[in-house]
Amino acid sequence: MKYFGLIWAGLWRKRARTIFTMASIVVAFLLFGLLQGLNQGFNTVVTNLNVDRLYVSAKTNMTDGLPISYSARIKAVPGVKAVSHWTYFGGYFRDAKNAIPAFATDAQPLFQVYHEMKIKPEYLEAMQRTRTGALVGEALAKKYGWKVGDRVPIGTSIWTTKQGSSTWMFDIVGTFDTSSYGGGFPSFYLNQEYFKENSAFGGDIVHYYLVGIKDPHQATQISKQIDALFANSTYETRTQTESALAQMQLKQLGDINFIVNAIVGAVLFTLLFLTANTMMQSVRERTPELAVLKTLGFSDGKVLTLVLIEALALCVLAAAVGLALATFAFNSGAMRAIFGDFRMPLIVMTMGAGTALLLALVSGLPPAWRARQLNIVDALAGR
Amino acid sequence: MNLVRQIAAVTTMNFKSLPHRVGTSIVIVIGIAGVVAVLVSVLAMSTGMIETMEHSGRDDRAIVLRNGSASETGSALGRDAARLVEDAPGVKRDASGKPIASAEALRLVNLFRKDDSAEVSVSLRGVGPQLLALRPEIKITAGRMFNPAVTELIVGKNALANFKGLNVGDKIKTRGATWTVVGVFTSGGDSHESGLMTDAETLIAAENRSSFQSVTVLLDSPAAFQKFKDALTSNPALAVDVSREREFYQQQSEVISKVIYVIAYVVGGIMAVGAIFSALNTMYSAVSARLREIATLRAIGFGATAMVMSVLAEALLLALIGGSIGAALAWLFFNGHQVGTSIGGQASGHLIFELSVSPVLIATGIIWACTIGLIGGLFPAVRAARLPVATALRAI
Repeated sequence: MKYFGLIWAGLWRKRARTIFTMASIVVAFLLFGLLQGLNQGFNTVVTNLNVDRLYVSAKTNMTDGLPISYSARIKAVPGVKAVSHWTYFGGYFRDAKNAIPAFATDAQPLFQVYHEMKIKPEYLEAMQRTRTGALVGEALAKKYGWKVGDRVPIGTSIWTTKQGSSTWMFDIVGTFDTSSYGGGFPSFYLNQEYFKENSAFGGDIVHYYLVGIKDPHQATQISKQIDALFANSTYETRTQTESALAQMQLKQLGDINFIVNAIVGAVLFTLLFLTANTMMQSVRERTPELAVLKTLGFSDGKVLTLVLIEALALCVLAAAVGLALATFAFNSGAMRAIFGDFRMPLIVMTMGAGTALLLALVSGLPPAWRARQLNIVDALAGR
Repeated sequence: MNLVRQIAAVTTMNFKSLPHRVGTSIVIVIGIAGVVAVLVSVLAMSTGMIETMEHSGRDDRAIVLRNGSASETGSALGRDAARLVEDAPGVKRDASGKPIASAEALRLVNLFRKDDSAEVSVSLRGVGPQLLALRPEIKITAGRMFNPAVTELIVGKNALANFKGLNVGDKIKTRGATWTVVGVFTSGGDSHESGLMTDAETLIAAENRSSFQSVTVLLDSPAAFQKFKDALTSNPALAVDVSREREFYQQQSEVISKVIYVIAYVVGGIMAVGAIFSALNTMYSAVSARLREIATLRAIGFGATAMVMSVLAEALLLALIGGSIGAALAWLFFNGHQVGTSIGGQASGHLIFELSVSPVLIATGIIWACTIGLIGGLFPAVRAARLPVATALRAI
């Protein structure tokens, strides 16, 4: 610790150069934090998803749909707590640009399967009573200024009504809070019964059965049992856990992971080069000073340590600032609206710290070694 | 004249001494190469996607969907509606008087990607009997065309290359049918090459459904579009959206290509800031390495402007080299590199497209490089010019 002043002075020997080097390390770690944060954040969201929910869809493709009659048979599987379903309704409000994520469902068991969703019991009861009822997420209701009791027209490009119209009227009977789940949760529900009665065709299909199970440890076993029920029928099923489904959807995005890693790789490589160069240059310029230190009795090892610590201070300080900036940008709220409880993952911080250390070692070791090997006489003579 | 000669002399001298400063100069080159490589590669993704989608459309073709549909999978058109669309004015007719149009059904089939075995939804497009008249760009490159009424299909070139189990003779299971792959097609590098095609009636019959998703028609001429559109929108029996084919496909990829664009510029911008710092660093040390040289030149009468210009020229040269290396790297590694995504086609199946490093992108990269070089060279250049000659000479 007593050499702190010496290291500090060495660091700021050329003020402008140190500031610029630091600034570019800060920038690199800001990018690193943002990109890896996003990448890891997705992964954490995916792995932290609920394990006591299963999703049953058609084996050929989700869009093919399943018969509505499966509900009772799935409910009868031991270990199953509640069964609800989603039928994709789509739809839009007033203009096709205002897409509404609407699904037909059986509301009572839906909120048993999604037990973390908050809804008042009287709203659920009203939904049971009102055939044309609709439950709406609070954010969506706020967006269009809908209130309980409003009657709203929802247009659809798929489901024609029995009267041949593309517009369906719904009575909003309640709202619910999806904040514990994030933005991905569908936020407009209509009664499957009404959907079935009122649509000209296809009212009896289901895109996902949502299965709540008692014991998460039995997820695999129950999945297999459900799929076995319908094996070799016309409508075969595939049952997945919530996190398996999300992982599959994430993979559908394509090569994002590769691209993020490639960018981070390019950034770090560029940065490494820069810092290593600055360090070497700084040591080269200070050759006579290091020789003086050695003349005063500093051992070879001590000189090596001094130079290395200087590199370490530079990298770690700048990296900390960069990661702090990234965290600040990350937790500022924009992310939360989309992904729910989305925070800068701790693992990214750890990875960042590790990378900073590695960077310091790789860029600091060659000049530090050079400093260690200095011959006092030659160095003082400027040879 | 004198000034020009001064600048030329100092700059030449400068360039000749560059090899002695390779160590520091290389930093600026590599820094800028990194920025340009990342910027150009990411933009190449956006460009590639847009190109693929643009190829999918022709000005004299129009596509009709149910009113309010965001994409083909979100549309349903009954048989009567499809017939009304095909018979509308403005649609080109063949020698026998039949309209050149294709009422199409779109299904998604689960397939596995070859590279990471990820399960993706691939489009299976049921097309009408007039397919080849409507889309002359479709060419069978292996096997043969499917026959109607039997469960046969053909696969796009990119689908074959990227998904498992699509060789001629392979079987594919969908709801209600097992299909045999009988041929491979190309269609001029458009989005259809990422999918499968079969006969629409066979596809619909296999699933007991009765509706199409869209109708694509060949128009008499690009100008006939308005007539066609007006006829359909004024028909009370129809509730449809009519778009030019090219615009429709562009719109499908609009959101995602914009997102990629923003990512490219945000990431590229942040990296550029880093590169500017490294350029500043390099140029400052270049100036300080040449301290006595600059001081001597000033002492024998060279002007400040000549100093500024020579430092700027050096920064610019290094930036140009860096920019060219970066663009070349992006081109070498990514031009023609195929990537797949399910967000581009907006629920119309997994889209495979090639990254495209176009001349415009290379120019963009070089311009960025020069800008970084100029900013990074400016302050050190000013420092070189302001150097008090006496102090600098004494430093020797």
